Amino acid sequence: MASIQLKNIVKKYGKGKAELQVIHGVNADIAHGEFIVIVGPSGCGKSTLLRMVAGLEEISGGEIWIGDRVVNQLEPAERDIAMVFQNYALYPHMSVFDNMAYGLKIKKMPIAEIKQRVDKAAGILELGHLLDRKPRQLSGGQRQRVAMGRAIVRQPQVFLFDEPLSNLDAKLRAQTRLEIQKLHRELGITSLFVTHDQVEAMTLAQRMIVMNAGNMEQFGTPEEVYHTPASTFVASFIGSPPMNLMKNAPGGKPGTILGIRPEHLDVGSEGWEVKVETVELLGAERLIYGRVQGEQLIVRVEEGTHSPAPDAIIHVAPRTDRLHTFDAATGKRIAG
Amino acid sequence: MIQRNPILDFISHAILILGVVIVFFPIYVTFIGSTQTAEQILSSNPISLLPGSNIVESYRFALFGGKTEAGATVAPALPMMGISLASALIIAIGKIAISLLSAFAIVYFRFPFKNIVFWMIFVTLMLPVEVRIGPTYEVVSNLGLLNSMTGLTIPLVASATATFLFRQFFMTVPDELVEAARVDGAGPMRFFKDVLLPLSKTSMAALFVIQFIYGWNQYLWPLLVTTDESMYPIVMGIKRLIFGEVYIEWNVVMATAILAMLPPAVVVMLMQKWFVKGLVDTEK
Repeated sequence: MASIQLKNIVKKYGKGKAELQVIHGVNADIAHGEFIVIVGPSGCGKSTLLRMVAGLEEISGGEIWIGDRVVNQLEPAERDIAMVFQNYALYPHMSVFDNMAYGLKIKKMPIAEIKQRVDKAAGILELGHLLDRKPRQLSGGQRQRVAMGRAIVRQPQVFLFDEPLSNLDAKLRAQTRLEIQKLHRELGITSLFVTHDQVEAMTLAQRMIVMNAGNMEQFGTPEEVYHTPASTFVASFIGSPPMNLMKNAPGGKPGTILGIRPEHLDVGSEGWEVKVETVELLGAERLIYGRVQGEQLIVRVEEGTHSPAPDAIIHVAPRTDRLHTFDAATGKRIAG
Repeated sequence: MIQRNPILDFISHAILILGVVIVFFPIYVTFIGSTQTAEQILSSNPISLLPGSNIVESYRFALFGGKTEAGATVAPALPMMGISLASALIIAIGKIAISLLSAFAIVYFRFPFKNIVFWMIFVTLMLPVEVRIGPTYEVVSNLGLLNSMTGLTIPLVASATATFLFRQFFMTVPDELVEAARVDGAGPMRFFKDVLLPLSKTSMAALFVIQFIYGWNQYLWPLLVTTDESMYPIVMGIKRLIFGEVYIEWNVVMATAILAMLPPAVVVMLMQKWFVKGLVDTEK
């Protein structure tokens, strides 16, 4: 059983006056076998957090538990983890087989068992025919699979992924996303996956941690994060196009921010009066950009229903059960 | 030059051929000299450019020494070449080993005064053997290392250039590779042996060529620390053939010179592919 517990994790760089705190007390309880995605904009500390779990960054404060051990002082190799790096970090002079076997060789595992494990991983990842190649003879997608293979053969307690899909093209990324999901279903190993891509986060995560500026903004299932965002940051970061956030919306209370997702607005004969600015066609749907009481508003409609001309006035009715209210000062969600 | 133009082709080839002639002609003269007899060389002025028939004799004398017909004693070149070979190998391999380790320490370890240490190594670039020859001689002689292989090689082994080269190379190795090795459980020396060394192969080859020739061509330092004939390297041997004797066996001198040129040439030819690779691309 390998659960992961993050207890008030703090990361600071530098000393004295030059001290810079980049992670401000993150707490999370991750159950055995969960697939957790850490998502946030660049510079939010998500990779740092992952690297602290891996043991590649020192932990300035708090405790990380993997299973029933505090791992703060342990070397990466002693933590029983495996990591897939953004640039794969394959050893360029070793064959695919040696790349995957290297960690096991260091553990002094018998050759027969190494071979059996590597062959099994190569089978899962369809790398069987590439075992003798060098990394530079492989395509990006193949290298990515070798990096995953290297993680799998270790049979670790925890998988750590540091933006492993960001160097792949869009099509391959979608395909690899499915493969990772499948792999997780088969192996059931607790996984932490860092990404800045909210689509990746939504599709892969069983639960996701949304980070902003070193703080954990929300920790929940994709549904929770999408339907009840904990703050204006989460509301605008998750979902494309982002949630409409209006300080002085019709019917909004002063001191609050009203939020509504573009797809929860219905164009009709009543509701808010919106002056249309531009209209974008995205294939199956259309985005109407307009203004209501000076606030920008995006409305998402199905293609073929409405296509107002710029400068036209339309009426838009929000679904009242989909309205979100946030505190204007803190950006936090106000219950309800 | 991307243009294809017969006149330009002609000019560029002419320049190249001229260059080859300038470089090659003295070597040719040396070789031709070594095929003639001493009398032939002395009696013809300028030296004949046609090969003579004395090649076997000249090289036998050069290699194994002996008394010539004119009564001069020639010291054998073979043991001197052995000394040269041994010291060049020790210098080249020693330099590479020490530089690899010191560059490894400088790039991958955190220790106090790391930058100062690096700069101290770097500053020694300004102090080649010729500049510090007095104090170095003093140290070597006090340690009783005169006329020994140790004394002949160790003072030349430390190399700031090679340390710097390896440092630059190590700094281009991606951090993720270091981290991947850490996750795989490789300790520092394991990482050094399994990852850094194989990646440095081409740089090592390039350095080996340069340092082997550097070691082979040493003249001033051996001149100071060796007084015993059995420790003379070949470069000093040539010099000794020209001076001291009244009657100079030029054919033997020329043969010895050719012999002295051979090993570096062989090293360059054998390692040319690696040498160019090491200087041009880094295999990553």
